[in-house]
Amino acid sequence: MAASESKLEASISRVCRGREQGLSNAIFVKVLRAVAVLMLTLLAIAAKPAPHQSGAMVKERYLSPLEIAVSPDGRLLYVVCGDSDEVRIVEADSGKVLGNVAVGHVPRGIVLSPDARRAYVTNAWSDTVSVIDLAARQVIQTLHTGFEPTGVVVDRSGTTLYVANRLSSDVSVIDLGSGQEIKRLLAGRGASYLALSADGRSIYCTHIYPNAGPHRTQPNSEITVIDTATRRVVDRKPLHNVAGVFHAAASADGKLVAVAQLRPKNLIPLAHVEHGAVFGDSLTLFGEDVGDTAQIPIDELDRYYALPWGVVITPDKSKMFLTTAGSQSVTAIDTGRLLKTIRARRKSFANDLSASAEYVSARIPVGHNPRGLALSPDGRRLYVANRLDDTLSVIDTKTEKVLSTIDLDGPRNIDALRRGERLFYTAEFSFQGQFGCSNCHIDATIDGLEWDLEPDGFGKDIVDNRSLENLAGTEPFKWNGGNPDMPTECGPRTEKFFFRSQSFTQQQLTDVVTFVYSLPYRPNRYRLANGEMTAAQERGKVIFERTTTKKGSAIAEANQCGYCHSGPKYTNQRQIDVGTGKDTDRSPVIDVPQLPNVAYSAPYLHDGSAKSLEEIWTIYNPKDTHGVTNDLTKDELNDLIEYLKTL
Amino acid sequence: MKTTLWFGLALLAIASMGAAQDMPMFRWENFTTVNGLPDNHVYSVLVDGNRIWAGTDNGLGLLENGKWKVFRPDPQAKEQSLAHQAVLSLALDKNTGDVWAGTMGGLSRISAGRIDTYTQLNSGLSNDIVYGVSVQGDDVWTATAAGASRLNTRTGQWSLYNAFNTPMFEIWTYGVSAAADKVYYAVWGGGLLEYDQKTERWKDYNDPDGETEMVLMKDQGLIHEITTSVSYVDKIVWVATYFGASRYDGRYWHNFLQKDSGLPSNFLNQIKGVDADRAWFSTDKGLAYFDGTNWAVYRPALGAHKPELYVTDEAGKNKKEIPVQTAPSHNYILGVDFQGDDLWVATGHGLSHGIRQKSSAVVAKK
Repeated sequence: MAASESKLEASISRVCRGREQGLSNAIFVKVLRAVAVLMLTLLAIAAKPAPHQSGAMVKERYLSPLEIAVSPDGRLLYVVCGDSDEVRIVEADSGKVLGNVAVGHVPRGIVLSPDARRAYVTNAWSDTVSVIDLAARQVIQTLHTGFEPTGVVVDRSGTTLYVANRLSSDVSVIDLGSGQEIKRLLAGRGASYLALSADGRSIYCTHIYPNAGPHRTQPNSEITVIDTATRRVVDRKPLHNVAGVFHAAASADGKLVAVAQLRPKNLIPLAHVEHGAVFGDSLTLFGEDVGDTAQIPIDELDRYYALPWGVVITPDKSKMFLTTAGSQSVTAIDTGRLLKTIRARRKSFANDLSASAEYVSARIPVGHNPRGLALSPDGRRLYVANRLDDTLSVIDTKTEKVLSTIDLDGPRNIDALRRGERLFYTAEFSFQGQFGCSNCHIDATIDGLEWDLEPDGFGKDIVDNRSLENLAGTEPFKWNGGNPDMPTECGPRTEKFFFRSQSFTQQQLTDVVTFVYSLPYRPNRYRLANGEMTAAQERGKVIFERTTTKKGSAIAEANQCGYCHSGPKYTNQRQIDVGTGKDTDRSPVIDVPQLPNVAYSAPYLHDGSAKSLEEIWTIYNPKDTHGVTNDLTKDELNDLIEYLKTL
Repeated sequence: MKTTLWFGLALLAIASMGAAQDMPMFRWENFTTVNGLPDNHVYSVLVDGNRIWAGTDNGLGLLENGKWKVFRPDPQAKEQSLAHQAVLSLALDKNTGDVWAGTMGGLSRISAGRIDTYTQLNSGLSNDIVYGVSVQGDDVWTATAAGASRLNTRTGQWSLYNAFNTPMFEIWTYGVSAAADKVYYAVWGGGLLEYDQKTERWKDYNDPDGETEMVLMKDQGLIHEITTSVSYVDKIVWVATYFGASRYDGRYWHNFLQKDSGLPSNFLNQIKGVDADRAWFSTDKGLAYFDGTNWAVYRPALGAHKPELYVTDEAGKNKKEIPVQTAPSHNYILGVDFQGDDLWVATGHGLSHGIRQKSSAVVAKK
């Protein structure tokens, strides 16, 4: 098979060279079609889907606990289960599951009302919040939000709900009296998690994607600060060299806020894994205790604690606990020692991994992909959601040991999908546990970054992170199409090049591929509910499908939008030079990307140089080589983009 | 009974005299580059609570707690910066507190210190020269050199309006005023355009005298095709042109010309209605105020530059000079905004703060 693939690559390469050497279009098209048939046949064999794809396997409905809320008396735990679309109610002491409440699709966040009579649960794929009457244990109201609601908090008066919307990058402000969304506040890109300050006056919003910035510059994110009195954004604390920011927690005395985050090192070639030059796992701290923001590492010199995700501060502020979702562990931090270190060092020490020894008090092993965590009201117990185990770990905060594990009654069978997902989210396969697939593909999406992956010198062959949604039928992979199938993409390349460590076994590789191929499209928010298109979308579709210019000249078949972006995934699965290559690219020949949900995956082009869909054509298509667009008016280009968003 | 009747009539007379005859007086404090303004040519001014934004020819100034902060484009910035240094228009989203700045190089959104910039290259904005901007609900309406644009901030969708889909036979839009029911555009050379938010239809209003500068049919339509500014308040449309001003109540037009009103000039840069009866007029020869009956003009006297305030009746007659110690920093007025009873005025040479005084100028009786 490998030999066949090499021949295929060679054939494609020859075809492309032939085009460059001036083969007539007709011959070129015929040859390309013949190669395409051969290629598709081979790839169909090479990328044979795992059994579940053909419908032969019954998909288990795992719970995937993601977040936990604790009742004020500490008696009950409300656990958001992301894959089973429910909230499970658990008796904290006994660990007994008392019941469940069905909510919307892909629930992600939960908060209890100040009087603890209601729970508000965000449903990421329904764009709603389910309001649960906790006494009746049923949903009594559904509130509408922005795109992909995730984090949620309620103000101290219980009158206003704030919801972070990941895809619309804003915060919905909902009046709970009327149930109406009264405004949206501009947040950073990928707004995801919210925390209320101790005095209730401020809300801190964090973001899983970096804000847009100049190409090939260090990523920057922000902490958006909302004033609950005016219900406006009043500050944006910059997070430099940061992308991928998760939970925030505020201390009870109001003097300290901690934020879990990643520090990606995407500007340098991925040739320095052995020197830790891929990701830094860290916290940002701010508040009266530390003054301005301070970033602190949680990794060690020879061991990493990947994907810091959930964070809590004990009521007495003596300790912080942090889930490291890629490392199957919880990191315990002595707050006093941490603050002492910050004050002593003064200068930034985010990259000094020796520092963590001064304040990390324990690494507590827990289950697979630990995410949300919550403290009992007295601060003595810590509950951790092990997302890929369907369990909760119960930790004694004093001894920093796991006391027990609560089984949430998920499916007993661990199938290929779940095995693959665990492999996708773990960092254990990479050198020193530095990172896993999900470091870049955050929550199996993108990270909004451009990476210098190849060991070919600084700034060469820059690549944008591509979406993983519904990949079957979009092969080959990599921006140069160099990996003919998913096993190649996830197998030897990942193991040797990315992880610099042990290989997946054949079974593991199959499991990972099975999981990746299972990732569905997220709901498209730009399509009308009735299935029709807006007038602008209709006009855009005509432009997308046109075969002549506005002056009536024929557009060469290979330069029509629908030629490359064809088929159900809007890719002809070929590699073509559309004039978007840069001087820093080894080859201008680019794999045709799929287009569904393209609106979600900025930046664009193979190197992420186009910050918006518009820039693909207003800046990077001067010679009409990436489709004929220079005869379009601005109105028409806008229409084309409105159509593309619906795909 | 008789006593009561006389007392009532007397009260009514006093009340009507007071309402019609008292014109506001201000003590003017002026800002120039000497005391921190980014540039003396101030295109636009916006009041945002206690904060004052000044859009100048060389930067956006923010006056807060007595200090100026200046925003300009920064090519070295790690994140986005102001679209262009020449800031032509400003609008406040009263719901979110975000400020929108229309510049000579695109549209910028300033939100709690962060600046996001939209241009014709990176977004659906129709043109980078943004003469006017107005916010209504989730929509940001812009008047550009290539027609009107609407950005829905929830969906990110841009809608463009121009000669293809409106009666906009000129696409040089200069001013916009958006409300929940209607959106009005001042189209330079193309009259006034009205967008009905409910029906999503456009309607144009033009000068019944055509494109001539004659006024043959006064009060029968828009005063002139070269419109520069529009203000829609209390269901009344106030329109500024280079050849007079107009007021339209949905049925009747009333035009204001220098020759038969208190306007100091027919050349208007901006108009801003206070309500259905009152409006401020930014002209090249001073700042004018009309209270529905009488006029007042505030300026440095032309030529002499001595502070000047005079009031007239509705027809511009019975002029009365009021002695004053201060005036706006220049007679070339580009825009105003209100801060309670105070005024902030953009001029061709500085920004002026009109601090309302308790005393008022009394109009001479006809």
